Amino acid sequence: MPTKPELMTTPEQSAERPLMEIRDLKVHYELRGSALARLVGGEGETVKAVDGVNVALRKGEVLGLVGESGSGKTTLGRALLGLVRPTSGHITYGDLDLARMPQRQLRSVRRRLQMVFQDPHAALNPSMDLATAIGHPLRIHKLVKSKAEARERVRETLERVGLTPADQFLDKLPAELSGGQKQRAVIARAIICGPELLVADEPISMLDMSVRAKILELMLELGRDLDLTYVYITHDLATAKFFCDRVAIMYLGRVVEIGPTEEIFADPKHPYTKALLRAVPDLDPERKVPRDLPRGEIPDAAAPPHGCSFHPRCPFAFEPCGWEARDLRAMFERRWIRLGEDALAREEPLVGELTEVDAHEEMVRVRAGGRAAELTALLEEARADEPDDPLWKGVERIESDGGAVVVRFRPGIDPGLLRVNAVDVACHLHDPNLSHDH
Amino acid sequence: MATVTQPMPGPGRTPVKGSTRVVRLLRGIARPYRNSHGVGRFMLVTGTVLVVLMLLTAVFAPLIATFGFSQVAGADGQRFMNHAEPGAEHIFGTTTQGFDVFSRVVWGARTAVTVVLLALAFSLFLGVLLGLIAGFVGRWVDRVLVMVMDALFALPALLLAIVVAFLLSEYVGGGASTAALAITAVYVPQYFRVVRAATVSAKEQTYVEAARAMGARPATIMFRYLLTNVIQSVPVIATLNAADAILTLAGLGFLGYGIQPTEAAEWGYDLQRAVSDTGAGIWWTGLYPGLAIVLLVMGLTLMGEGLNETMNPAIRVRRLIPISMPELTAAQRTKAAQVPERDRPGQDRPVDTGGEDRNSREPGSGETGKGGAA
Repeated sequence: MPTKPELMTTPEQSAERPLMEIRDLKVHYELRGSALARLVGGEGETVKAVDGVNVALRKGEVLGLVGESGSGKTTLGRALLGLVRPTSGHITYGDLDLARMPQRQLRSVRRRLQMVFQDPHAALNPSMDLATAIGHPLRIHKLVKSKAEARERVRETLERVGLTPADQFLDKLPAELSGGQKQRAVIARAIICGPELLVADEPISMLDMSVRAKILELMLELGRDLDLTYVYITHDLATAKFFCDRVAIMYLGRVVEIGPTEEIFADPKHPYTKALLRAVPDLDPERKVPRDLPRGEIPDAAAPPHGCSFHPRCPFAFEPCGWEARDLRAMFERRWIRLGEDALAREEPLVGELTEVDAHEEMVRVRAGGRAAELTALLEEARADEPDDPLWKGVERIESDGGAVVVRFRPGIDPGLLRVNAVDVACHLHDPNLSHDH
Repeated sequence: MATVTQPMPGPGRTPVKGSTRVVRLLRGIARPYRNSHGVGRFMLVTGTVLVVLMLLTAVFAPLIATFGFSQVAGADGQRFMNHAEPGAEHIFGTTTQGFDVFSRVVWGARTAVTVVLLALAFSLFLGVLLGLIAGFVGRWVDRVLVMVMDALFALPALLLAIVVAFLLSEYVGGGASTAALAITAVYVPQYFRVVRAATVSAKEQTYVEAARAMGARPATIMFRYLLTNVIQSVPVIATLNAADAILTLAGLGFLGYGIQPTEAAEWGYDLQRAVSDTGAGIWWTGLYPGLAIVLLVMGLTLMGEGLNETMNPAIRVRRLIPISMPELTAAQRTKAAQVPERDRPGQDRPVDTGGEDRNSREPGSGETGKGGAA
């Protein structure tokens, strides 16, 4: 992977005021329950798409938001432009707080904050020719007096983004362009009003391989010439390495690691970042390192894990990571997969209600009837089978209480961002107060 | 009506310059005629010819009609004979009241066209506007509008038209605009439904979000971004509804709730007057107005169905462009036959004739690829 060319070095990280400051931003979506639940008025679940993000955008930098699908990176990008209403938090831009501005006022700010979309085929109105479509922002913000002036500006911008000769493209409809040309047109529309911030939501993932690099180069060039700040949303670490000055790794609505690109790629701190980097495909046939990718899938954002939301998948998780009853259930599921159907038939009735636990609780009481001793023995057996499972670090005590078995977990702590060298990372492994042996 | 469709010039065409809007508009109109074929094309062309004939009749009614629509006496002051048989002076004969049937039919075309055009304009305006607003705004606006439109839908069309005509006749009078408004009430829900459904799906498109990101107002988004994309299904319903509207208008006239006979000639009214004539063997008073209704309704229906056939992506069959493959030369054929069987990759059957495996050979398959992409 080539690193980003030197020409775009990070601007001096002085005490200069950031272009945009995001503080404790939350975007939550209410999930509508069933029709009955709505009638009864019970509260539905909430999906925490963005859950407490703090980022300061420096002027002129390229910040990458990297994460799996469902990590909230797109929602965060849209919230920056006011396209998604935040539930709480602040987005300070100049003297304005975009999170609190009414739509009406937000519209006039929009010309300084623009967006490049993932799917260029869908981002242009199919019934508008390019001259009208690209010139429309100018007319919306009344930056031109006449149609002819708008057309002239569009012509210049088309040349700027490499759609030359511009005259050939002015009267074309989007359907007559290729994917790369459409994306250039979308970029032209985004820059025509002279924005400061450009949010690029996976701008090259829908394009042919052959034009991806050209579009990225165009964006770098425009960033340099027009003094743009980029927020580059992607799941592709290779392009993030090429394109970004800083990278923020997101997981389940939170930033788990943020820092300079070189630092993150050379020495990833968060176990999730490490896993992501290992998952990057490599063409080297000699490389046969087992890729110990995180187990399982990204959890349900409506019921995120307790404590650090990565802990159920984390190979290095330890005591304070937020163990809970659901993890015990997941352990049993893994065990049954390993041992087969006999074990499932034998052990499931014992474990019983554990499979129905949903909320996060630091203590779980399993009614075992007269078989409490058997259940305790089963738990001990499971522990003996897989003593390395990080789960057992989180189990504080297993005790019998009359006809029930109570499993107590150690209290979980929500990891905050900690500064380690040049990187901020949200992981207890790097907290000297919590981590002794790491 | 077809003018609102969006043109989609093929990529191979030369770039358009100059007055591109006019060119695009014309292309948009011409597109269904060019793309159609077979039965669809027959329906479209026949329907269009009939409709255009009727339109011309309507426009030039004063020149074509031999008499006025309520004229009962010739220029010499002599009253026309009642129930005169078709002849030299009255080519379609005269009615019970002594009107000239031919002139009534010709003037009736003008009435029908006027009323239907007015009704179309009203219902298109209302239906498209309300549908856009309901689909775009959503929430309670949508619910209220959908409820009102469903209520209108639930009433039988003719009954609704009669009630509206009856209510309006007190305020507006018994002219063409009343009839048009009565018909409007019947057809607004159809446009509303179609446009609302298209808007609901179109507003989730990225280009609408892009417009919001640009800072466009909701009204701008509705009219510049959504309208042009949701309107595409309207021409087909508009044409079919126009046919239906002719029948509703005639029905209103037949029942006596339509245009008053003193205001304009109306086919439905004429038919109603002709009912009693049929028993007496007087066929011409009923035949010609009836025939006019049939022709206009048929023309509009054929046109609508033909449009549907070419524009509805679910049922349209595009005209296939014939592909011509170059014949193999004699030299190629013998060469192919000489290649031993086992040397030919991908051949699982023995080759005995040069002709049979033509499609598996290089030049032929190359052409097929090109033809398929075109």
